[in-house]
Amino acid sequence: MNTDKEKRMKDLLRQALPPLEGGAEPGRDLWPAMLRRLDAEPATQQSPAWACFSEAWFDAALLAGLVALAAFFPASIPVFLFYL
Amino acid sequence: MQNEASDVLNQFQQGSSETVEAAFETLFRLHQRAVYGWILRIVRNPAAAEDLTIESFWRIHQAHARFDPSQGFEGWARRIATHAALDWMRARRPDSELTAEVANPAETDPAVTAEIRLKTAQAFGRLPPKLRIAATLAVIEEQPQKDVAAALGISVAAVKLRVFRALRLLRKDLERQGITP
Repeated sequence: MNTDKEKRMKDLLRQALPPLEGGAEPGRDLWPAMLRRLDAEPATQQSPAWACFSEAWFDAALLAGLVALAAFFPASIPVFLFYL
Repeated sequence: MQNEASDVLNQFQQGSSETVEAAFETLFRLHQRAVYGWILRIVRNPAAAEDLTIESFWRIHQAHARFDPSQGFEGWARRIATHAALDWMRARRPDSELTAEVANPAETDPAVTAEIRLKTAQAFGRLPPKLRIAATLAVIEEQPQKDVAAALGISVAAVKLRVFRALRLLRKDLERQGITP
C-alpha cells in the first residue's frame, strides 16, 4: 500500500470513526464501585513457599524433556532454535 | 507537592496495608479521569469504559508490589488499562462494536456517503483487536506513537507495523464489498 492510499485510508477511517473530544469524564463517581470490587475480590494472598518449589520442579522437568527430545531426535534442534 | 506525590507512590508500592489502601484511594481519585478517558478512546463505549476503569484499578491494586515509583504512575496505569481494554475487545463479538458511532455527516467529506462510513466502521470492528487498538490510538485518536507503544508494551516500529497491517486489512475488506477508498 503506497503512501497516498494509506493517507486516503486514514482519512476514511477518521471520517467513519471521528476522534473523541477531550475532557471525557465518567458519568458517576467510580470510587464506591471500586470499593465494592475490592471487597468482592480481596487482594490475592502471597504464594506459599512450596509453590516456588513446584514451579522450579516443573521448569526442570520441562528442560529435561527438551534435552531428551534433542538427544533422541537431533533433527528437531534447528526447529527449536528457529522458534526461540 | 513533588515530595507529596512521591510519598504517595512509595506508600502505594511498599507501605503497610493501611497506607497502601490510603495511597490507592489518593491515586484512584487523582487518575481515574485520565484512565477513563484513555479507555474510552479505545472502546468508545462510556458504560464499558467505566467498568474497565474499575477493572484496571483493581489490577493496579493487585499489582502494587510490582510498581516502580521511579517510572511514574500514569504510564504504568495506562499500560494496565490498555491491556484491560484489549481483553474486553477480545471477549466481544467483532460485529457488535463500533457500528453506532459513525461520524456526524456535518463534519465529513460529502463525497463519502453514510453507507461507506458505516461499512468502514463495521470492517474496522472486524479487525483483530491487537491491530484495531493500535490503529484506534495512532490513527483515529492521533496519539503519539511513542505513547501508543508504551501503552501496548511494544516498540514504535511494532506500532507502525500494526497500523500498516490494520489499514491494509481494512482496505481489502472494503474492496471485497466493492468500496475502493
